[in-house]
Amino acid sequence: MNRELKRVTFVVIGMFLALFLASSVIQVAVADQLYADSRNTRTIFDSYRYQRGAILVAGSPIAQSVPTDDNYRYQRTYLNPFTYANVTGYFTLNQGMTGIEGAMNSYLSGKTGSQFLNQVNAILTGQEPQGASVGLSLDPVMQQVAFDELANYEGAVIVTEPSTGKILVMASKPGYDPNALASHNTDDVIASYDALIADPQQPLIDKTITGDMNPPGSVFKLVMVAAALESGKYTPDSTFDNPSQYRLPGTDVFIENSTHTSCGPGATVTLATALRLSCNIPFAELGLELGRKAILDQAKKFGFNTSFDVPMTTAASEFPVVMNEPQTALASFGQYDVRATPLQIAMVSAAVANGGKVMYPTVVDQVLEPTLKPISQFEAKEYSQAMSAETAATMTQMMINNVDNSNLITNVRIDGVKVAGKTGTAENGDGEPYTFWFTGFAPADAPRYAITVLIENGAGLGQSGYANDTAVPIARKVLEAGLNK
Amino acid sequence: MSAPVTPAPDFALTGSIGKLKRAKVPQRMRNVELVLLIVACGINVGSLVLVQLGVLGVVDGGPLAICGLLTVLVLAIHVAMRFVAPQADALILPVATVLNGLGIAEIYRIDLALGNEGWDALANKQIAWTALALGAAFATIVLIRHQRVLQRYTYIFGLVAVILLILPMIPGLGIEVNGARVWIQIGTLTFQPGEIAKIALAIFFAGYLVQRRESLSMVGKSFLGMRFPRGRDLGPILVVWAMSMAVIVFQRDLGTGLLYFGLFLVMLYVATGRGSWVILGLSLVGLGAVLANQFLDYVHGRFANWYDAFNPENFNGYGGSYQLVQGLFGLAHGGVIGTGLGEGLPEVTPVAQSDYIIASLGEELGLAGIFAILCLYLLLVGRGLRIGFAGHDDFSKLLAVGLSFTIALQCFIVIGGVMRVIPLTGLTTPFLAAGGSSLVANWMIAALLLRLSDSLRNEPRLVVG
Repeated sequence: MNRELKRVTFVVIGMFLALFLASSVIQVAVADQLYADSRNTRTIFDSYRYQRGAILVAGSPIAQSVPTDDNYRYQRTYLNPFTYANVTGYFTLNQGMTGIEGAMNSYLSGKTGSQFLNQVNAILTGQEPQGASVGLSLDPVMQQVAFDELANYEGAVIVTEPSTGKILVMASKPGYDPNALASHNTDDVIASYDALIADPQQPLIDKTITGDMNPPGSVFKLVMVAAALESGKYTPDSTFDNPSQYRLPGTDVFIENSTHTSCGPGATVTLATALRLSCNIPFAELGLELGRKAILDQAKKFGFNTSFDVPMTTAASEFPVVMNEPQTALASFGQYDVRATPLQIAMVSAAVANGGKVMYPTVVDQVLEPTLKPISQFEAKEYSQAMSAETAATMTQMMINNVDNSNLITNVRIDGVKVAGKTGTAENGDGEPYTFWFTGFAPADAPRYAITVLIENGAGLGQSGYANDTAVPIARKVLEAGLNK
Repeated sequence: MSAPVTPAPDFALTGSIGKLKRAKVPQRMRNVELVLLIVACGINVGSLVLVQLGVLGVVDGGPLAICGLLTVLVLAIHVAMRFVAPQADALILPVATVLNGLGIAEIYRIDLALGNEGWDALANKQIAWTALALGAAFATIVLIRHQRVLQRYTYIFGLVAVILLILPMIPGLGIEVNGARVWIQIGTLTFQPGEIAKIALAIFFAGYLVQRRESLSMVGKSFLGMRFPRGRDLGPILVVWAMSMAVIVFQRDLGTGLLYFGLFLVMLYVATGRGSWVILGLSLVGLGAVLANQFLDYVHGRFANWYDAFNPENFNGYGGSYQLVQGLFGLAHGGVIGTGLGEGLPEVTPVAQSDYIIASLGEELGLAGIFAILCLYLLLVGRGLRIGFAGHDDFSKLLAVGLSFTIALQCFIVIGGVMRVIPLTGLTTPFLAAGGSSLVANWMIAALLLRLSDSLRNEPRLVVG
């Protein structure tokens, strides 16, 4: 009987060895893999263990984690949520995170290597470990004005500091309330999320840097002027034929200026006048003379076809790489398949304002330890020299002239301050509402703000509105808010 | 190998020599046990305090005091044994105590997380059941002074087992929980008679096999080089197989069916030494598994959840692998050293206090804790098997093997299920999991093992087996 007992003993040992082995595999060998599984709610719970860092604007939180009694210990709360929603993004239990919450998560959650010692220190000293706070470069006054002035439009306002690339305003309409997504009730989160996704106005899209980008229309003419002047073959006084209709080469398609007439009186028109009156035909001619390649190179220097981390990843604005002549002619006044984010257009204005230098855009000013000691500080970074300082100076004069001597951009004139600007009214196809643009900078002689305003969906006016009545007044209000400080 | 069935003289019952020995023998085993019990209770108090510090941040004296009462009960058993079973094994009681205590601590911890209070709190029920179980163990060891009393009533125990198994099927008495019909309800009290039935079955098997082992092991036809038993000897194994299948089919309790069958198979093998029985039995298990997989939806689902647990279809499906995967996430969360008691998130896993108690403990105590717990079980089972090896008579040997193997197999079925070694079946982890009937049954098993070990050393070794 003992022989059988011995075998049974081996069986028992075998069963337990299997359990020893299984637990080792689960808890050691594949533990990381299991921990990283997107369905692992413990990973999410863990991210609430530490007090997540705050997101600050001018030293005041716009997002912060406050202690709560439930399992998650901290509730993420957003102050002035709609105004900043596109910047902060949301931080949810089960729907991921976006905006600064997503892009700066490793700092906010306190998981970066440089914060490790702080965490150890916090454990040793018995303090609750905390994530780092992220200070934004936004100007709260201008941001609020921009958001309020956008009113019921679908649109966006972006303001950068030309000399540094710091983003000062980043407003997108319609906004949403990220607090609704910060709920600890996953069903509520999903319901809120589904409602936002179903909203035809797509409030979750940050229109300043992403979304279904719009054709830039006439604001793209700034890129064209830069390309022309940089080629050395053109000056603001260079002339172009001035017909009232222009047949695209090799087609039976005729294009017109927006006035359906010639660009002012005379058989020819200068580059400066064509820009000031925002005529299409001269720019089509210019585009065909410059060629696709020269325009593409100039557009790329401004940042087209490149995605930026601001630190949210932007959509790359598009200038088509492959085009035939008629397409190139259309692209020369910002139509065809040219697409741009407001940030990209603001970078063009900022480059003009900054002696031709394009600065790398960012909205993060500094990252702060829980003790408010900076972990990292903003450093201005040059992205490219898009044009010479002379070209920039010339373009500045042309853009000032646009504002001062054209009836297209009257509503951005500010007493005592020179403003440089350019409007755009982009077409989106037959019967589709226009897209309105304004881009510019002020003060033109010592630029502090480069601004771009985007109004989508024709400002609700279909094809009957004007940029000067929609986008331009918003730019003035926002600039005044900054200049009057 | 087979010892002749010579009943040992009934010294323990007839008196004078037993008393004489008892007076002479120093209480060495009991002193060792006392020291170990103090260590065990220390661990239990420590884990409760850690749970309170981890979850509440303060030490709450109330639950500690109640658990202190349980310590008194355990000590009462210890003291009783100094009189009625002085030579009993010194490890069984402390090991059972520390497992029971760890279980209570973890159940209490999850109650705190879930906000359960009063009789909604499983920990409070578990404490009450522990008191009851300790009472049952006390009664077992005091009333059953020699295992031969049990052998005398072999068939009565067989009948009792069958009745206990049938009880949940009686309308008005049995209730269905999570699709399994294995509970009976009297007033507000629920009980799983199948747990007690396994003890009755072990006793019945031991008694039956001692009577029949000659005919079972000697007679039969050869087939494929193996000797298979005669039809009339085959009867009982078929009956048990049918009974296990009936449990699986009618009570929808895969684990219990498997447990009964495994128990019988091992006892049969030890009694007869016939590998052919094991082969036959395992093929029946295989056949049963194939048939059940084919015709019983809930068995099929269990298989699918096992081999394809991470498939979103199984994960999200009703009765799917969500629970299994959450348990694995929990274990992984614990890693090597665990999150610490009260610091993990075991409450995320459904039924973290009963079927998944091992995943809960694994999360908070880590791989280190799991290894420690498995070693404790191995120790407990090992002590039982040791009685089997050293036993004087076949009945004691068989009963010891049967009882200790039940613990081992039950651990393997439920822990292996949680850890995805085998498909998951609903069984309780002995001593750890929330569940009164299991606790009572396992404490009675512990008491029987103690009784068997005492008899073993207390009797002059007349038969060399």
